[in-house]
Amino acid sequence: MQRLFDLYRLMCRIRCFEEAAETASMGGVAAWGLAASDKPALVRGPLHLSIGQEAVAAGVCINLVREDLLTSTHRGHGHTLAKGASAERMMCELFGRASGYNRGKGGSMHIADFSVGMLGANGVVAAGIPIATGAAHALKVRGAPHVVACFFGDGAANRGPFLEGLNWAQVYRLPVLFVCEDNRISATTPTGAMTAGAGVSARAEAMGIPALKVDGNDVEAVDAAAAKLLAEVRAGSGPRLLHAVTYRFKGHVSVDPGTYRDAAEVQAALQRDPLRLARERLLALGAATKQVDQVAADAKAEIDAALEAAAAAPWPAPAAAYEDVMTTGAGVWR
Amino acid sequence: MSVRTLTYAEAAAGALERAMRADASIVALGEDLGRGGVFGQYRGLQQAFGADRIIDTPISEANIMGAAVGMALAGLRPVVEMRVIDFALCAMDEIVNQAAKNRFMFGGQGRVPLVARLPIGIWSASAAQHSQSLEAWFAHLPGLVVVTPATPQDNAGLLTAALQSGDPVMYLEHKELWSERGEVDETLVVPLGKAATLHRGNDLTLVTWSRGVAPARAALQREALRGVGVDLIDLRTLWPWDQAAVHESAARTGRLLVVHEAVQVAGFGAEVAAHAAEATGCRVARLGAPRIPVGYAPVLEAESRLTPEKIALAARRLLDRR
Repeated sequence: MQRLFDLYRLMCRIRCFEEAAETASMGGVAAWGLAASDKPALVRGPLHLSIGQEAVAAGVCINLVREDLLTSTHRGHGHTLAKGASAERMMCELFGRASGYNRGKGGSMHIADFSVGMLGANGVVAAGIPIATGAAHALKVRGAPHVVACFFGDGAANRGPFLEGLNWAQVYRLPVLFVCEDNRISATTPTGAMTAGAGVSARAEAMGIPALKVDGNDVEAVDAAAAKLLAEVRAGSGPRLLHAVTYRFKGHVSVDPGTYRDAAEVQAALQRDPLRLARERLLALGAATKQVDQVAADAKAEIDAALEAAAAAPWPAPAAAYEDVMTTGAGVWR
Repeated sequence: MSVRTLTYAEAAAGALERAMRADASIVALGEDLGRGGVFGQYRGLQQAFGADRIIDTPISEANIMGAAVGMALAGLRPVVEMRVIDFALCAMDEIVNQAAKNRFMFGGQGRVPLVARLPIGIWSASAAQHSQSLEAWFAHLPGLVVVTPATPQDNAGLLTAALQSGDPVMYLEHKELWSERGEVDETLVVPLGKAATLHRGNDLTLVTWSRGVAPARAALQREALRGVGVDLIDLRTLWPWDQAAVHESAARTGRLLVVHEAVQVAGFGAEVAAHAAEATGCRVARLGAPRIPVGYAPVLEAESRLTPEKIALAARRLLDRR
């Protein structure tokens, strides 16, 4: 039950973080028929929320150690928190502040904490796949005993780097777990309507990569499947693929109300909220209601403190725009 | 003795070999490297360093470049072989959005010390998709170093510097230069961003790079330039480029001609000419290829080629302009 508590705590922290970021983003972007507000939002720009998908991040990342590496997607806050990043420094980055992980240069779409092996969210679909294979290749060449977890969405399986990266990982038997976080929608278009064949697992298996499909809203199922596959990866058996089917509760970005989706489908999905399922499971296993509620309360307190710190954090100096571009020829910008 | 007569390809192979002996984190990856690379520029290296460090890859340009970014982030210093620059177009996201931006976008958390070798230029009737010179594309991108060696010596010295730089370097060798021979001092590191002045004079500044150097040298002997004092500058690195050397020369001669094999329209010559004119008020002219794809038949290909005659004529026109 301790492990389920740990998973539930991770999921609560992600949910709270996402909800807080969503609130802070309101009015920040003119898109999807909405106007930007006169008062700039605290979180600006595209904000891709993983609300509803928390069990995938938690269930996979609980099986990773700090030295393991991870690549993520444009919807990467959950993966970053689950890999061990600080919510406060993440929120500072979303607020564009100098104390953010990226010193205010990346924001939500490029959230990263290299110090815990989280090599970055990415604004380009499937772009993390080649980077993950290269990182895994480096681990193998260096003889390092660690692995790479590579998260991507269902839409990424229709991009070329998916084929190139999986083939590469299998050819060199690299230590990488590919995780298809399948929220069933590619931006605003149902992925099923745009995808030929029997799905992402079948594509992996066609290249000889063993794959498992799980209910991505059942955190224990994700944990068990990830544990099995990662044990095989760590044993040197080559890459594995985890296909976790979940659902994106929100729109593509925070200001997108997602009205293009069937209301009944959304309602049905909400009934299978991964946090609710985990909570019910904890109670069914005999956990005290008070103890379970305390987990959610602690998460809220942590994120409230992160919000407060981010709002008070300093902006980057304009001169920082010229830092960390390159070393060769630095100082000459025209 | 460290001075040897080598081809342009051998000079680069030697520089890579020395760097790999000195630094175990350097690996090379690309198609057919185990066989020495398509132009022999990796000959003998897989035998010397094994298949884990000279890595034969699938024909997967996007993954070759993306994997190099991941390798760099995980502690290696990869050398990427793209075979011809035209194939690097299959890896543009990985170059432009990933390699070039990683350090800045993630706030300096990581570095991407990679050298991507993207051979450029017209070579052996290779037609429209194997003959391009796309250096201007990469010079446009913050985060990238762009290098264009013209001689065996510079191919050794600049590759050594590129491997030491720690930045993502687009290293553009010219395919028609692979078999050019020259003396190479293997101890020499040619600093990035420093031009070489190959000939001195006070009437005209002629700036070029890569395959432009040889016909520009020959142009100095043509009748049209008899008695004309020409500063001939090989830029060698396009970013950062040697603005000081070009400005000093252009201010002295008052006339600047920039010559390159790449298409003239929106070429890097336009940047050099505009920059020098803004800084010194010099008169400028450009000579590059017309905005046509490189054709296959010799007579068609010739329309895109630089020749000493074309360069001498462009120089004469600039000298005669009032």
